[in-house]
Amino acid sequence: MLGRLQIAFVGLAAMVASPMVGAMAAEAGKAREPTELEWSFDGIFGQFDRAELQRGFHVFNQVCANCHSLEHIAYRHLSGIGLSEDEIKAIAAEVEVTDGPDEFGDNFQRPGRPSDPYRHPFDNEQQARAANGGALPPDLTLITKARPAGPDYVHAVLTGYGEAPPSEFEVTEGKDYNPYFKTWTIAMAEPLFEDAVEYADGTEASVDQMSRDVSAFLAWAAEPELERRKQTGFVVVAFLIILAGLLYASKRQMWAKLH
Amino acid sequence: MSAHSIETGSGGGLVKWIDSRLPIFSYMQKEYGEYPAPRNFNYWWNFGALAMFLLVTMIVTGLWLAMQYTPHVDLAFDSVQRIMRDVNSGWFIRLVHVNGGSFFFIVVYIHIFRGMYYGSFKAPRELLWMLGVIILLLMMATAFMGYVLPWGQLSFWGATVITNLFSAIPLVGDSIVTWLWGGFTVDNPTLNRFYALHFLLPFLIVGVVGLHVVALHVTGSNNPLGIEPKSQQDTVPFHPYYTVKDSFGLGVFLVIFAAVVFFAPDFFSEPENYEKADFLKTPEEIVPEWYFLPFFAILRSVPAIWFVEAKLAGVIAMFGSIFVLFALPWLDTAKVRSGKFRPIFRWFFLIFLVDCLLLGFVGGKPPNSPVFESIESFEFIDLGRITTAWYFIHFFIILPLLGRFERPLPLPDSISAAVLGSHSGGGPAASGATAKPMEKA
Ligand code: HEC
Ligand code: HEM
Repeated sequence: MLGRLQIAFVGLAAMVASPMVGAMAAEAGKAREPTELEWSFDGIFGQFDRAELQRGFHVFNQVCANCHSLEHIAYRHLSGIGLSEDEIKAIAAEVEVTDGPDEFGDNFQRPGRPSDPYRHPFDNEQQARAANGGALPPDLTLITKARPAGPDYVHAVLTGYGEAPPSEFEVTEGKDYNPYFKTWTIAMAEPLFEDAVEYADGTEASVDQMSRDVSAFLAWAAEPELERRKQTGFVVVAFLIILAGLLYASKRQMWAKLH
Repeated sequence: MSAHSIETGSGGGLVKWIDSRLPIFSYMQKEYGEYPAPRNFNYWWNFGALAMFLLVTMIVTGLWLAMQYTPHVDLAFDSVQRIMRDVNSGWFIRLVHVNGGSFFFIVVYIHIFRGMYYGSFKAPRELLWMLGVIILLLMMATAFMGYVLPWGQLSFWGATVITNLFSAIPLVGDSIVTWLWGGFTVDNPTLNRFYALHFLLPFLIVGVVGLHVVALHVTGSNNPLGIEPKSQQDTVPFHPYYTVKDSFGLGVFLVIFAAVVFFAPDFFSEPENYEKADFLKTPEEIVPEWYFLPFFAILRSVPAIWFVEAKLAGVIAMFGSIFVLFALPWLDTAKVRSGKFRPIFRWFFLIFLVDCLLLGFVGGKPPNSPVFESIESFEFIDLGRITTAWYFIHFFIILPLLGRFERPLPLPDSISAAVLGSHSGGGPAASGATAKPMEKA
């Protein structure tokens, strides 16, 4: 009975749901859907590509960090993208950090350390807005988790400039047309251009390449536990499948005595 | 050293010493060892034990999270990120707790529909059922307040929208809302009290689950045939037969649960809640967690009725949709318990199930967008109204009518007769029902 019930139910649900899913996609026609890209960390087996993450960090550090913060990242976390302790020390030391008070009660400047949080481009929200024509550059630590399309979205926004807007569409003064952004006009000026950074590994720094790299880096920043999570998952799920199998065998054996 | 040894009288001295002063061992032996359970449970009877497992899991992971979480509007979001990044295995504990909440509802919803289909709420199990509804209400309150704690956009706006519902109460509504908030908006005092309550309620649930199990063990379990066991042949001792079967069920459950936790931890969550709460920035759409969507749909579907404004009517209908469950034992008047022997009820049960799923679907959609591309005028709010109406029609019209007019199929003589075939059926056909062998289902 329940078997039939289930089949009937699945069939019915599918029948009812399929035209609705179509309607849903059509109605959501706000921002343009980002192109789906392939990422090394996709899927059950996917892991990060260290070289890509390091290139992505390079782009972030050189370009994006001038406006965007990475609130939940400290320099020491960068060991997660495969940087050595010395490299991290050197990167942290590039910034001046205000510390204090010292024994005389004064604040002082010192070079950054690995334990410091990643630098904030602005002291406060007002300063950030003043520097960006009134718009606030959002923190990007979790941006790939906070948008349904994840890293595809970041890549789409970064590469979505330069198209001519539809004829009747008016782009606000001081903003750019970008159909992947929710309002279609974005207060961030096109941040990347050909060879905006120079890659240490000799990769060609096209806009698409840099966008991919920095999106991958941001995916890491949002979910640094991803690799450990999946690796642990394999062991745990494999163990549980064996356990369930053994329990099934003992259940069979136990119940066989009954009949 | 087990309780078993008490029974045989050869137990260890310490166990005996304790048991004669505080009979926990003989209690366990009686309630979980010997407890005579119908021999014909199917796997739908696993879900109570799964709910129990999840309740413990939620409390344990919750306690560990509480050691690292900071209930302050400026720090809550960051402290959750710290748990994900810097606390040893914090990501694991948190992902189990977050997804455990969703799985808890899946398991309990299945548990409830199981009871509805097999008539487990009928006499003499009415109080057992009503305790279950109280558990459901407590679970909802707990989950709602728990979702506020990470202080993301939907935490904040969800809390604002839902607490605001109380303002629909005539005269005192606004004062109640202010009292709930501890201020004039959802703010730090709200977060603090929600945290305190989110910590407390699961322990109340433990208490009510205790009563739920006591009630169960007084009446004994129902079973897929819905007839009471008559002889020893109809039952088996809970241990080892159902401990091993429940363990296997738990094993299968854990595989699915772990697969989500490790490979799709955001499966149930809304991206928007990964943005910190901002009271200046209203999200385009405020949707509650998936397990509240059917109720959210009911809330939004009800129009103003006579002098009752729409908001109040919606709130009444929403709470009514849960409270009606308390009355179910008296609304479903059929004498036969199991849907197996109720040819018409079976279909209405299926329709009701689809209705609930549709309500959930509607709850996640903007009310004023069309359901089908081709039919502009048929909006989600219309579908919501139909499914809401059917929800109540099912309880108040269909079930009472079925109880009167449906002709149930003949019941088997006994559980063992049905399970083992009519020849070995033991007892005489005292019930007077035709002793037809059951179809294998
Ligand atoms: C000159 C400052 C500036 C730089 C440099 C900059 N951004 Fe932005 N960015 C902004 C501002 C301002 C906004 C907010 C736009 C708005 O609200 O219209 C923004 C928005 C964004 C968004 C959209 C966020 C959302 O809410 O969906 C993304 C993604 C983004 N930036 C990524 C980047 C990346 C990656 C880089 C580096 C390659 C970068 N930005 C460099 C100023 C900047
Ligand atoms: C925290 C949540 C809950 C826990 C831990 C829990 C636990 C259990 C357990 C262990 C059983 C016995 C095993 C079984 O029959 O599946 C049971 C039975 C039952 N529960 Fe629950 N339960 C919960 C919530 C609910 C809710 C919300 C309802 C209904 C609204 C409910 C209704 C019932 C009924 C009717 C039975 C008896 C079924 C029978 O006769 O076999 N329970 N519960």
